[in-house]
Amino acid sequence: MTERSVIHDTFVIERTYPASASRVFAAFASREAKDAWGDTGDIAEAEPATGPVEFDFRVGGHERFGNVYQGITFTYDATYYDIVPDQRLVYSYEMYADGLRSSVSVATIEFVETDDGTTLTWTEQGAYLDGFDGQDAPRLRQGGTSEMLDGLAKYLA
Amino acid sequence: MLERLSQGPASVSELGKPLSMSLAAVLQHVQILETSGLVQSRKLGRTRTCSLNARSLRSAERWISERRTYVEQRLDRLGEYLAETTDQPGSGHTGPATPQAPARNQEEDP
Repeated sequence: MTERSVIHDTFVIERTYPASASRVFAAFASREAKDAWGDTGDIAEAEPATGPVEFDFRVGGHERFGNVYQGITFTYDATYYDIVPDQRLVYSYEMYADGLRSSVSVATIEFVETDDGTTLTWTEQGAYLDGFDGQDAPRLRQGGTSEMLDGLAKYLA
Repeated sequence: MLERLSQGPASVSELGKPLSMSLAAVLQHVQILETSGLVQSRKLGRTRTCSLNARSLRSAERWISERRTYVEQRLDRLGEYLAETTDQPGSGHTGPATPQAPARNQEEDP
């Protein structure tokens, strides 16, 4: 029998951009736009994983992709729950490492137009499962965990 | 239990005190936490002393903090992206006119 652990966390990040809410919102609303700013440039070592790649930006739609980093296949699977153009996005996502579910999170992104532009508030609530040192994922303990997590964090959203 | 252990090592009976659980039930919980790697315990005489496995917790904390850092970096990149492109007056959802992303608004409306 495999025993389990869960660690819960909520973080909130706020940014104000000198741009209209519709333009900030649009940056999240298509794969092309997300690719244009989502690439942190440090993903050269990661290779695309075989598996579904999807960007279905509508309520109930999925966003899916994966990559292979240091021999481990990471996959991201999100479901959009609430889309209010120029105002709000709510989606949940699961992350897997070699097929093992490693976290389940809810992200809420709010866009509020102000005199200075648009304030974006990103609130993310997560249940982080079994830790990265959990006996469930012995492979994850091998090698530079920090580097691997770096790669995961930079590559998956 | 984890909250109590974050203040320092404790015996099984100390862990059970505020929880109104039987010693056997407490021991079972401790064993679960131990198997998950979050907690380690050592038996000294007749007392089993438990402590947090800081390494395992740190791993999860680091993971969470790196996730946060990742989002921050992406939002910084979003700022650069928005600065590289411009608002078109009265254009509503019309995206910036960069040749790299001509189709950016196609999937916008659900």
